Amino acid sequence: MTTATLSRWDRFRESFLWYSFKRDKVAIASFIVLLSMVLSAIFAPLLAPADPYDLAQINIMNSELPPVGLDGSDPAFPLGTDAQGRDLLSTILYGTRVSLLIGFGAVVLQAALGILFGLLAGYLGGRVDSILMRIADVQLSFSTLMVAIIVGAVFKASFGNLMFGEVAIYMLIFIIGVAEWPQIARTVRASVLAEKKKEYVDAAKVMGFRTRRIMFRHILPNTLSPIFVIATVQIANAIISEAALSFLGLGMPETQPSLGSLIKSGFDYIQSGSWWISLIPGLVLVVLVLVINLLGDWLRDVMNPRLYKG
Amino acid sequence: MTSQSSTLVDIRGLEKRFDLSGGLLEQISFKGGRFHRKQEAVHAINGVDLQVQKGEALCVVGESGCGKSTVARTVMGLLSPSAGEIHYDGQRIDHLDGKEVLPYRRKMQMIFQNPYASLNPRMTIQQTLEEPIRFHQPDASEPQIRDKVQDVMESVGIDPDWGSRFGHEFSGGQRQRIAIARALAVDPEFIVADEPISALDVSIQAQVLNLLMEAQESRNLTYLFITHDLAVVEHFGTRVAVMYLGRVCELADTRTLFSTPRHPYTQALLSAIPKLEDDRPNHIRLQGEVPTPVQLPSGCVFHGRCPYADDRCRQEIPQLIATDGGAQVACHAVEEGRL
Amino acid sequence: MSLLEVKDLDVRFAVRGGDLTALRGISFSLDKGERLGLVGESGAGKSVAAFSILNLIARPGYIAAGQILFEGKDLAAMSERELRKIRGNRIAMIFQDPMMTLNPVLTIGTQMVEALKAHRRISTRAARDIALNKLRKVQIPSPEKRLDQYPHELSGGMRQRVIIAIALLLDPEIIIADEPTTALDVTIQAEIMALLLELCEQDNVALMLITHDLGVVSQVTQRMLVMYSGRIIEQGPTREIINDAQHPYTQGLINALPQMGEPGERLFQIPGSMPSLKNVPTGCPFHPRCGFATDQCKRRMPEYVRSGNVDVACYEVSNLIEQEKCMQEVES
Repeated sequence: MTTATLSRWDRFRESFLWYSFKRDKVAIASFIVLLSMVLSAIFAPLLAPADPYDLAQINIMNSELPPVGLDGSDPAFPLGTDAQGRDLLSTILYGTRVSLLIGFGAVVLQAALGILFGLLAGYLGGRVDSILMRIADVQLSFSTLMVAIIVGAVFKASFGNLMFGEVAIYMLIFIIGVAEWPQIARTVRASVLAEKKKEYVDAAKVMGFRTRRIMFRHILPNTLSPIFVIATVQIANAIISEAALSFLGLGMPETQPSLGSLIKSGFDYIQSGSWWISLIPGLVLVVLVLVINLLGDWLRDVMNPRLYKG
Repeated sequence: MTSQSSTLVDIRGLEKRFDLSGGLLEQISFKGGRFHRKQEAVHAINGVDLQVQKGEALCVVGESGCGKSTVARTVMGLLSPSAGEIHYDGQRIDHLDGKEVLPYRRKMQMIFQNPYASLNPRMTIQQTLEEPIRFHQPDASEPQIRDKVQDVMESVGIDPDWGSRFGHEFSGGQRQRIAIARALAVDPEFIVADEPISALDVSIQAQVLNLLMEAQESRNLTYLFITHDLAVVEHFGTRVAVMYLGRVCELADTRTLFSTPRHPYTQALLSAIPKLEDDRPNHIRLQGEVPTPVQLPSGCVFHGRCPYADDRCRQEIPQLIATDGGAQVACHAVEEGRL
Repeated sequence: MSLLEVKDLDVRFAVRGGDLTALRGISFSLDKGERLGLVGESGAGKSVAAFSILNLIARPGYIAAGQILFEGKDLAAMSERELRKIRGNRIAMIFQDPMMTLNPVLTIGTQMVEALKAHRRISTRAARDIALNKLRKVQIPSPEKRLDQYPHELSGGMRQRVIIAIALLLDPEIIIADEPTTALDVTIQAEIMALLLELCEQDNVALMLITHDLGVVSQVTQRMLVMYSGRIIEQGPTREIINDAQHPYTQGLINALPQMGEPGERLFQIPGSMPSLKNVPTGCPFHPRCGFATDQCKRRMPEYVRSGNVDVACYEVSNLIEQEKCMQEVES
């Protein structure tokens, strides 16, 4: 109590979050892996030896070269090449970028919808709550993939392949974002229900503050921890959904491959011995999703208020 | 009692029911080949009339479930009454909405029971105290707001330098001081205090009670003080209303009530306070337990536990009637002179 | 020999950034049939003291030093298996929240029979009879019916009666009651306390009552301990302490009660609040809030001195006693 006011950074350094992070080796390792993947995805244009989007750099003669260390490999292509002769390392870097972009984008959309509807349902209650939550139930009873496949197919049919390639990334963010908002809305609603019983909310009402102010300024900040946890896991889910859609041919086109469409593009060549085209992006996808989930688990443990007291 | 002009808050025929039965589908049951619709409600307040006089501290006491907190929340507009009216300074306020009620929000403030829940955990003390001032005085300048926050923090004994801290960095007593500061920040005339000290330790209770009394003197406040602790009432209250199952059973000046309790329930309640002097508990034993407020007993709500109950008590609801001692008592036995 | 004797008990909590001392140098004894009050505000360590007697301190807490002698045997050094023979059987515990003892999915009868069978080899029927007897003893209306009821079907006061019946089930020598009536209404509280007192007297059971309510302590107990910040600062006969408290903290605690003040006047108040375990002041932990504090108080924890029949840890009191002695010597 006697120490001077703490800056935000000092506060963070003294927080339980930082403390438990320092002591959790799995969390540290996951964070480092994720951070390096995110950074290399962001700086893909600087790091990648080649630009897979640039058709001029591709030589079909280099197709299906194996990774370094195998017979017939070329040191210019450390992870080998795909069937079109693109450098696999570069395509993976760019693919991770696309996958992460869709993952983050979809979750931002989910969170925006989920927080809004969750807050409204939880705080206003009554009829608003019933209607919003029934919509959420209906939405959840369709699997994300099913909705995405239908919408994707309609899009593809109506726009044509070329146009589809341009809007695919937005379409995927939209589909995955809209399909999964109930997850976040339910979490938000549950914590709003718990928060709105607390006396600080009554105190705000007694002050005469308007509903919108109470919802967003007083209640929302106190429901952020669980949103944070679920959003992390949802990023992993969104990346997987995108990969699955791309694998089915309804996601990113091969000209702008995501990890999913890379796996798909290599899938036809697995039988012919060029396993690396599918396997390496597959491994990257698995590692990416794994570290996000591990971080999500760690966050959930840390932010569980019952453990927090300990 | 006193002239109409000095009544600040007038509660008339207040009733509050909480619906238990849920939606239509949950109300319908199928029994004996027929559908029945069953509606259940908790009768939290059943006809309460109270006048809070300017400058007094009216204490409402009673055991859990007697509806005392519901009265507090209804007066503050946190709950809307099922029946009855609430008047503030001659104006009816229970049916006002939105903008119309804003001036009263400033004049009427509330202090809550749990200091651990009544401060927003994500806001600093400075933010917590600034927000109401900014909201109610939109044309106040920044330095004015800062001065006001500093004043109000000093007046409750919190170092203004601690403004950038969060609620959880303070002890329970300090948090309650901050909550009081928040209520005082908008310069209210009337404060509803809902068990403001029952979550605090003994040595801290005295600090907070003293603070409330100081504020009352320096700011000329009027209190509606809700508590279950009779010792606090005796010390703090100008007048006392004793509630049982949603009704006021006795209303009197504090001194009168403690020296000559008239209602059998008040007598039992007073005898149950553990005293420092006695070696032995020597209380009036009441038979049975408090009935549920879902199915209220007929007649006097207390008749099931009252040693003096007769047939009239079981059928007819007693009204508050002034006695010669100055107290108002709702009891047939007192009225008939049996007690 | 006392029935229970606690000697120099230290309890610590291992947390990040080192150990926190929750109890320091706790010593007291409890005789057969005696009623002892443990008084203190939240954070004083009174519940920790109660739990440590049965060696029930959960990690990260641990008993760092001292002995807990029950009939001469040290509970602090006992194996979990031996302890289980004593817990609930010889020493029973009553908690503030009845639901800490009662399992919500089992009937009262089942739980009572189970508790009996865990410690004694008896038939279910015999166990049920004992259970019924104990329920009668705590004056529960229609006890036969209660045996087949679930905890949630009972009111708060009724549940606390059941808890007392369960505590009495195995005829313990000691009952430790941790704020048994705090959650209850005044009228119910008065009844439960009267019942507990009556039962303990009847069967000559020792009672250790942990509470923050000086009124309850004064009515029920014969001796009391006052705790502050993990230490016992004053102990002795209840009447003597209530009527003439020695330690400035105990004095303040009593004088801060609303019934001690004149109506409408300011109450006596102790400034500040109890320090958290993380930053207990050096020396006497009460010195920052004490009007009598001197440099000596800031440096070292005072030893106990005896004033009348009361043991007090306070330099002010010991100085007064010294002075009195000098005066007497001069006079004689």
